[in-house]
Amino acid sequence: MKNNSVVNIALVGNPNTGKTSLFNQLTGLKQKVGNYPGITVDKKHGKCKISDKLTAEIVDLPGTYSINPQTLDETIVLDTLLNEENDSYPDLIVVVAEVENLKRNLLLFSQIKDLQIPTILAINMADQMERKGISIDLQKLKEELKTEIVLISARKNIGIGQLKNEIENFKNWNTEPIANISTKIDAEFFKDLETNFPKNTLYKSWLLITQQDYCHFLTNEQHAKINSFKENTEKIKKYQHKETIYRYQIINDILRKTYKVDKSQATDLRSKLDRVLTHKIFGYVIFVGILLLIFQSIFEWASFPMDLIDGLFANLSEIAKNNLPEGAFTNLIAEGVIPGIGGVVIFIPQIAILFLFISVLEETGYMSRVVFLMDKIMRKFGMSGKSIIPLISGTACAIPAIMASRNISSWKERLITILVVPFTTCSARLPVYAILIALIIPSKRIFGIFNLQGLTLMGLYFLGFLAAILSAILLHKVLKIENKSLFIIEMPNYKLPSFKNVFYEVVEKTKAFIFGAGKIILAISIVLWFLASNGTSSFKNAEEFITSKEENKNLPEEALQKKIASYKLENSYIGKMGKTIEPVIKPLGYDWKIGIALISSFAAREVFVGALATIYSVESEGEDVGTIKERMASEVNSVTGKKRFNLPTGMSLLMFYAFAMQCIGTLAIVKRETKSWKWPILQLVGMGILAYVSAFLTFIIFS
Amino acid sequence: MGDTIGSLKIGEVGVIEDFSLDIIPLCLLEMGCLPGKEVRLLQVAPLKDPLYIKVNGSHLAIRKEMASQINITKL
Repeated sequence: MKNNSVVNIALVGNPNTGKTSLFNQLTGLKQKVGNYPGITVDKKHGKCKISDKLTAEIVDLPGTYSINPQTLDETIVLDTLLNEENDSYPDLIVVVAEVENLKRNLLLFSQIKDLQIPTILAINMADQMERKGISIDLQKLKEELKTEIVLISARKNIGIGQLKNEIENFKNWNTEPIANISTKIDAEFFKDLETNFPKNTLYKSWLLITQQDYCHFLTNEQHAKINSFKENTEKIKKYQHKETIYRYQIINDILRKTYKVDKSQATDLRSKLDRVLTHKIFGYVIFVGILLLIFQSIFEWASFPMDLIDGLFANLSEIAKNNLPEGAFTNLIAEGVIPGIGGVVIFIPQIAILFLFISVLEETGYMSRVVFLMDKIMRKFGMSGKSIIPLISGTACAIPAIMASRNISSWKERLITILVVPFTTCSARLPVYAILIALIIPSKRIFGIFNLQGLTLMGLYFLGFLAAILSAILLHKVLKIENKSLFIIEMPNYKLPSFKNVFYEVVEKTKAFIFGAGKIILAISIVLWFLASNGTSSFKNAEEFITSKEENKNLPEEALQKKIASYKLENSYIGKMGKTIEPVIKPLGYDWKIGIALISSFAAREVFVGALATIYSVESEGEDVGTIKERMASEVNSVTGKKRFNLPTGMSLLMFYAFAMQCIGTLAIVKRETKSWKWPILQLVGMGILAYVSAFLTFIIFS
Repeated sequence: MGDTIGSLKIGEVGVIEDFSLDIIPLCLLEMGCLPGKEVRLLQVAPLKDPLYIKVNGSHLAIRKEMASQINITKL
């Protein structure tokens, strides 16, 4: 072996086996999240030093119960293991199994093993064997499964060294298949298959036939050849069932000889916890309690770091302005780039806290109980119990939420979930809500305890969920899609969350948000700044025009500057755009400046506040820049002479932002996930109409 | 009219009979729900659906609709 060879290792295993723990142990902070080519499924990979001579590039494949995929995530496993052209095609595979569910885990192992790629079995949570009364005859199991086996405990870092030692030797591993599928099912059929695909192993050919739809790498010629085998789909289906039953027979025989459980040792914590957590009253009480805790912490705990970040970036702008040489470049930095970056960074606390909760709930096994509790209710709305996770995640950001819908196997349930998730109040709406509420709702207490501003915010959250549910019911009635639902979920055993896993999950999700949504927000901030500080000829001649006007002759310098700035804004490119749409938004109670903010927040809602900040700070150039809120509060409606952000306009804006689909990132992800422009366009138009109508009605009611 | 997983009461155990391959999806088989295996009903969700079962060592939740198509012999 040459010095420093690199091998590709694929980690494969059932969900809840601790596969991710093992991945975190092996790669640590050297892990990265990328995309699989062509699809947006996150590909977690990282480097690991196996020995002085051997480095591994490890891919953590999505958890799956079988190589026959049921959901989008699971097709990745098939694709990676069958497509030899794939960059991550493994030199060897580590199948992670959990000691308690070894039987079911071995089904996947037996399928993988039959691909005849070098494979090793890592039995995880081996430290709990004694406590659970499990004993394994390891030597015998190795012989029967024709494989190397390592007992590990990924969380406690036990057995990892031994696993690496074994991997070093992977070229000598036994690659014989376990199951002899051909003779047991239909010798003639498989013989025929073998002669037609001489280059492939038999099981791989069989998978190509049964899973053709998911194998995107096949050539037309190969497709044609495969189709000739698929004339009788009933037969294929029957053979798949036979294969599975046969595999379980082999596994049962092997385990009977090698695996013993002393039931008297087992504890009954699971059933006790289940009885409480899925109880018809306590179950819901606990779930609602946890939801309240999550929302409370998003507001309370996050507000301190958010204020800090807000202040920090305001100071940075000030410092940049005062210290850099005057000019367009400094303005770009101080008014475009710094507020732009600040607009992204400010969401980090909320997003991190939300993912912290979701990750802990998933790690402990509680999330499966919530899915179990909510399934029947959610089905009434055309969704699945599994839709709960996207809907909760949606309160942070719709983009990861829509990606979390992938494990819903029914297309109709998944589509409805994807379509309604953007109604939930994502954290990008929060700054818009926060500033508008602060402007129009007095900070009064009701009944001595409830803060009126807080209640309004709660109401808006409720409105978001209500809109999601109502539109789901509507879609459920309208969409004519055959609903073939396969709802089978594993109820994993409860366990304490691992700090390391939670930490990596939070870091990874937060990073994905910053670099995904962040790029858009920053880019728009800069474009916006450019549009606001450039314009047509009247923009360029603003100073001359205003100074030369008769009425302005005797104005003090300060007032004159203000007039010039405001004239400039009106005649800048963005001012022109705002003026153009003014007639359309006038019925909602908005002027052209709010119009500017609406246009710019079309791509991402949170830009609203930043846009107004940019607009007003551009307008009051050179002056002391107070906080955004003060600037907005002092803004006057030029027609009525009253405050611009009064109750009717403010409420109307709140409604508009509650319903409108203003997020290019979400539209892009919906397009990718549904593989069609139809659905994002439906969202954009449908939510847009709803937003306009409800903002219009709200404005009339409050006027 | 035979018993199905859907007609079990909490705590009851049955043995899965041979089932029609058209009805039972492959993934249920792969999760360990095989003819001849014991199945125990552990919990029922508050609105009587889905069902939480233990079969062949696996803890699963399935919808009643599917559970009612799997014939069993009560023990």
